[in-house]
Amino acid sequence: MAEIETHEYDVIVIGAGGAGLRAAIEARSRGMRTAILCKSLFGKAHTVMAEGGIAAAMGNVNSGDDWRVHFRDTMRGGKFLNNWRMAELHATEAPRRVWELETYGALFDRTPEGKISQRNFGGHEYPRLAHVGDRTGLELIRTLQQKVVSLQQRDRAEHGSYEAGLRVFAEFTVTDLLRDGDRMAGAVGYWRENGRFVRLTAPSVVLATGGIGKSFKVTSNSWEYTGDGHALALRAGARLINMEFVQFHPTGMVWPPSVKGILVTESVRGDGGVLRDSAGRRFMFDYVPEVFKASYADGPEEADRWYSDPDNNRRPPELLPRDEVARAINNEVKEGRGSPHGGVYLDVAGRLSTEEIMRRLPSMHHQFKELADVDITSQSMEVGPTCHYVMGGVEVDPDSAASAVPGLFAAGEVAGGMHGSNRLGGNSLSDLLVFGKRAGAGAADYVSGLERRPEVDPADVDEAVGAALAPFEVADARGAENPYAMQSELQQVMNRLVGIIRDGEEMCSALEQIAEIGQRAGRLAVPEGNRQFNPGWHLVLDVRNMLLVGECVAAAALRRTESRGGHTRDDHPRMDPNWRSRLLGCVLRDGAVEVSEQEQEPMRADLMRLFSREELEKYFTAEELAVEETASRTE
Amino acid sequence: MGYQARLRVWRGDSESGELRDYEVEAEEGEVVLDLLHRLQATRCPDLAVRWNCKAGKCGSCSAEVNGRPRLTCMTRMSLFDPDEVVTVTPMRTFPVIKDLVCDVSYNYVKAREVPAFTPPEGLEPGEYRMQQRDVERSQEFRKCIECFLCQDTCHVIRDHAENKEAFSGPRFLMRVAELEMHPLDDYAERGGDRPEESRGEHGLGMCNITKCCTDVCPEHIRITDNALIPLKERVADRRYDPILRFFRRKKE
Repeated sequence: MAEIETHEYDVIVIGAGGAGLRAAIEARSRGMRTAILCKSLFGKAHTVMAEGGIAAAMGNVNSGDDWRVHFRDTMRGGKFLNNWRMAELHATEAPRRVWELETYGALFDRTPEGKISQRNFGGHEYPRLAHVGDRTGLELIRTLQQKVVSLQQRDRAEHGSYEAGLRVFAEFTVTDLLRDGDRMAGAVGYWRENGRFVRLTAPSVVLATGGIGKSFKVTSNSWEYTGDGHALALRAGARLINMEFVQFHPTGMVWPPSVKGILVTESVRGDGGVLRDSAGRRFMFDYVPEVFKASYADGPEEADRWYSDPDNNRRPPELLPRDEVARAINNEVKEGRGSPHGGVYLDVAGRLSTEEIMRRLPSMHHQFKELADVDITSQSMEVGPTCHYVMGGVEVDPDSAASAVPGLFAAGEVAGGMHGSNRLGGNSLSDLLVFGKRAGAGAADYVSGLERRPEVDPADVDEAVGAALAPFEVADARGAENPYAMQSELQQVMNRLVGIIRDGEEMCSALEQIAEIGQRAGRLAVPEGNRQFNPGWHLVLDVRNMLLVGECVAAAALRRTESRGGHTRDDHPRMDPNWRSRLLGCVLRDGAVEVSEQEQEPMRADLMRLFSREELEKYFTAEELAVEETASRTE
Repeated sequence: MGYQARLRVWRGDSESGELRDYEVEAEEGEVVLDLLHRLQATRCPDLAVRWNCKAGKCGSCSAEVNGRPRLTCMTRMSLFDPDEVVTVTPMRTFPVIKDLVCDVSYNYVKAREVPAFTPPEGLEPGEYRMQQRDVERSQEFRKCIECFLCQDTCHVIRDHAENKEAFSGPRFLMRVAELEMHPLDDYAERGGDRPEESRGEHGLGMCNITKCCTDVCPEHIRITDNALIPLKERVADRRYDPILRFFRRKKE
């Protein structure tokens, strides 16, 4: 094989969203020569789509807030399946990570005292989301991007080159991870611009590739979200957990067809917006589940009083966790009370003044005006569920973000555990920062502790390059498959059969169809053109990843015979405490996805005591609570 | 509701290219980017086009539609007569890589030349206090999604590639203004002078405030009125203030 462009680093970070950039900043600050590999242009990652805010218990708006309250909310939101250590680290460290952004130059909206303002959001007991209007994700990505640039400026002053210690590879896609024995040795990828391959050698790799939403037809996710990191991790020998839990955001646009799925921020509800059926009825009062009855209002009067007097009233049910609201909307539409285009109405016009809407929700106003001819200051929005986030991902050590493969780390959406069965809004951006930093530190510590740097076997590189180029050979063969058609086929299967409401038979059928598509995927061909910026070829490589993660989702979902968070089954509609401590893991063995059960480590006693006995009884088995009680007594 | 839209798309690379005509099915409510995607999925699988969020938030899908710099994801087909030929070409100010994708690295080079936010000394994380009215000016500029349409339309570089060396373009002059107006930026306290640098390093003087950048901004940021003119005024204040001028001359 011809000479291949080669670079050597200490840490390579795959993904340039919030988690990837925060990891890279940390690794570089600890002296690591670091590369950031991003699939799009620098600063375009999916993080920009986050709208509502960053959850952090700073207590700026309600001083009753602290990490314990945030921890409790997160565990409740995830129906207690969360990795409790991750939830604890997240709740305790999020405020510091947000404050740190101000030292990088971020400008959040302010309280009258000049502190960072915080807004209400689903599942959060107090106003907790630091925000900038409804474009918080943009602020986060730009701030981190500019921090990266400032580190490069420092490197230039000290070493004469912007790229001496931290380089961004923009529009660069990783196709394979490289190993030396069982540990990480680097990665192979290509420049999208010209299709040339690059070998990067590094003892540690941080995956920060985001999610898998593009596997579903109706999604808020962009083309990048094809589960690359999930697939890379599987192929490198790591384990994925919780893949059955997929979050459908309750409010995506439903009309016109071309924008179906685009996100409508939860801030609309956080700031007072309400959901109505076709007759104008606020239906969410009918959908408050037993476990949440104590904290959510049962009528509009109390719910409306809550905005001005949160201490003496219960919250409006529009602010239930996302899984609850999405199911409720789904049911309203199914029972014939939906809007003309198959959604329900989200009304903020009747709730806030025009000025307030323009100040708090400017980008929603813009989005509806431009794309749907709807003026949200006077008209209701039509909304319905859209695939938004995957709770499942690489199983990691909570403190260091290390996976089971030495040298491989994961942070952000590609990592699993933190959010349990359902993520609260606002907990994603804070997750990116908290665990992005930890992954960068974990990778740096790992590299510092190495006695021998791993070596890359040139044969592995040749094999990776050969595999990525193979679809060009198929082009003229008979029976060649088109990547655009195949992607759309897979999206339909996932949406229809492994979507918001699931059923055993349908999931069996989904697995059969995924297997059948997988058979044909071997004949995926680059339909036309050469290696220069060829989206058809790029998609061939992406579809392979999508098939693999699609299979994980369907296989794990079939195995979990209960309903919990982002996994709802018609044939097993109840939440089963016996399933709470059991996680489903996916590994790749001889090319096939293998699902197995594993026990989750019991929650530490001091964290258990943050909840009332009555509440724990709703989630835990009697045996688990008995063990806990004995432990408390002997302490 | 669907109809056959007439699309004329520039196809080619850095060496050669041409406009090609296509008829593409258009559905109700669709935007130009939807049609480009349909073209990709049905007839031109290797058509190069950048996009990410498809909701006007990431600034990836910039191109020129009938000669006007636009985000293709926010350009509704209903803007055009169904019989009209809609011409989509890459941004003219930047070198073409392939089809609608061009080399925007100029912008990333310029971004690196603006000295970063300088955190105030003596303030720990969590101690920053700023009033809403004081952060709003810079917040307006931070709405920028870096679509680079303002850079594309700016005639200082659009027809004069030779100016690119000395001129950073509206996007990055606005970045200087944003930092200059940041309530807690300590750059000046450490001896820096952002307005002066905007003139010297970034070529502010070449801008003759024709407001083309403001006109094409999809975020409706008032680039000229709120960033460039105030920056020019600060430069003028400093350069022509007789007392300051005296001190500067001494320093020089």
